[in-house]
Amino acid sequence: MAGLATTFGSGAMTNSINEIEESQVILVSGSNTTEAHPQVARRILDAVDRGAKLIVIDPRRTRLSECAHIHLDLKPGTDIPLLNVMMRIILDESLVDDLFIEMRTENYNELRDMLYRLDLEETAALTGVPLKKISEAAQMYARAQKAVICYCLGITQHICGTKNVQSIANLAMMTGNVEKEDTGVDPLRGQNNVQGACDMGALPNVYPSYQAVNNQDFQEKFARAWGTELSPEPGLSLLDMTHSGKNGPLKAMFIMGENPALSDPVLETVNETLANLEFLAVADIFLTDTARLANVVLPAASFAEKTGTFTNSERRVQMVRQVIPPLAGCRTDSDIIMELARRLDYPMNYESPAEVMEEIAMLAPIYGGMYHERLENCWGLQWPCWDRDHPGTPFLHKYYFTRGHGRFVPSSHQPPSEPVDEQYPFLLMTGRIYHQYHTGTMTRRSPTLNREADKALLQINRHDAEGLKIKNGEMVEMTSRRGTIRLSAEVGSEVPAGTVYTTFHYPDVPVNLLCIGARDPLANCPEYKICAVKIEAAKSKK
Amino acid sequence: MRDILTTCVYCGCGCGIYLHEEKGRVTGSSPSRNHPVSRGNLCVKGWHLHEFVHHPDRLTQPLIRKKGRLVPVGWEEALEYTARELGRIRDETGSKGIGVLSSAKCTNEENYLLQKFTRAVLKTNNIDHCARL
Ligand code: SF4
Repeated sequence: MAGLATTFGSGAMTNSINEIEESQVILVSGSNTTEAHPQVARRILDAVDRGAKLIVIDPRRTRLSECAHIHLDLKPGTDIPLLNVMMRIILDESLVDDLFIEMRTENYNELRDMLYRLDLEETAALTGVPLKKISEAAQMYARAQKAVICYCLGITQHICGTKNVQSIANLAMMTGNVEKEDTGVDPLRGQNNVQGACDMGALPNVYPSYQAVNNQDFQEKFARAWGTELSPEPGLSLLDMTHSGKNGPLKAMFIMGENPALSDPVLETVNETLANLEFLAVADIFLTDTARLANVVLPAASFAEKTGTFTNSERRVQMVRQVIPPLAGCRTDSDIIMELARRLDYPMNYESPAEVMEEIAMLAPIYGGMYHERLENCWGLQWPCWDRDHPGTPFLHKYYFTRGHGRFVPSSHQPPSEPVDEQYPFLLMTGRIYHQYHTGTMTRRSPTLNREADKALLQINRHDAEGLKIKNGEMVEMTSRRGTIRLSAEVGSEVPAGTVYTTFHYPDVPVNLLCIGARDPLANCPEYKICAVKIEAAKSKK
Repeated sequence: MRDILTTCVYCGCGCGIYLHEEKGRVTGSSPSRNHPVSRGNLCVKGWHLHEFVHHPDRLTQPLIRKKGRLVPVGWEEALEYTARELGRIRDETGSKGIGVLSSAKCTNEENYLLQKFTRAVLKTNNIDHCARL
């Protein structure tokens, strides 16, 4: 979430989920919320029932866009020009919050100059949305007393993901829609504990609580606490590790509960990297595609078999409680890590996860008041929670941004790195569906969830299907510059002509095989959402 | 039968869910009524949260690759081998040659321990997770 961090100084949801209900205007961008974040969608729809206005920015028709007052059905990859047009209109209509900008932000002039240089008609034309409609949406958002923006994968997984997020932050700050209750910018996290994994420093450049590894003070602090020397050099990111191929820098990997062999784009490179390691150890609950490549596989315990905490999208740290002991033959990940540490002459003797949390509270200021005995007796606490008496923080940036002043970072349009051409005339977009979760290691093994959504479908527009002589339910072959996959067509009007859509949950249909390796230079985010493909009816029926 | 309050593992909403336990098995899921996010509701994934716990595909024995095939071994052998290899590569090729991936499906405590292990024991900052997916 590099984008929001450079602007506000923190990359988390600024509001609580329940605040969304109280908002007057809700702008949802790049998030298929009803499927990916059901409870957030429920709050949005409840707010709409109470009279709130809903604006949805999405190339596809989704359940949410059908309830929207304004659906900005932009061309895929044109979020930045769309947001820039909105901001220019806000400027022209004098709906800017001057006081907020003056008191709380910096670098506004640069944004304003960029907006004044914009050719409105031309920029709007890039998006394919009529200028009048964009103008209506901009005014609706800017005139609201309380307005929230929710965004998700759509926004962060473009090549220019970081800039998209910064543009959203620009829009929120110029209208002063940030620092209040029921008002803010809310990135919706994909997986259940992504927030927690980041908070805990499972990142190459920061220790827990976002303390930079190359800052000498922090480095000394952790070295002292852990009684050992530490490397000041930031590490490799996920993609640097898994996309280095045959001659990469890594000789060994230890992977806990992840399945990069399926979840990474450009699968072949990932498989090549993993297969060429001297040593690969995987701890997981199922024999995933990644585990199949390993030298050692360690059977881990599931969430029902252990105690600890998860942190949700609204920064709420809550208990995960052991229901049954680990299944016979399995061990918890903590147990595995401690066993390995002991064998490598660094004993970690924690009596319980509660004791680990005490160490976290000591070293991670935003978790300073998080103790299991407190969390046991409430519905969790939202960080920052500085000390034992602190009640937690429902909404962020109340009187000042985490980084001091909110910083405007203007951006201009960056065309997708792989435009369509004669040979590959369709834009492929990917996303997730309601009944399945991430790479499906868990949901695919849940009989009910699998029955409801048991195969990958390719959404294709009726007109395109007609032209290609493809009928609903028929097998098609989809080819990009990197590979071919087969799946069945779902003909309809969810996607606009020239665009197709599918999901990445199915190991037998590895959509990522088709994706581009191009990445966002700032957030290292693979360009999942868009690449150019061609579609043909499958030659032989399977 | 016991009902134990825990947190959903499927999405970032973080619903409060009761798991039902019967004779050492997890048999059902139901929403917490007063939890600020779930408020008595769950989505379809939450209602079926318990289903994968006892799935026959669960791994219950460590495996080591021998002559190209993964074969079952005891925990002692698996841990010994893992520690030895990680230690050897750290000492021979240097810390930069080791990478660790943590998980958004694991708890905070586990993520904390794994990054501490990576930094303090393996001596590298090569740690990440799949946050960007
Ligand atoms: S029950 Fe559904 S909405 Fe709630 S946390 Fe689980 S997956 Fe998310």
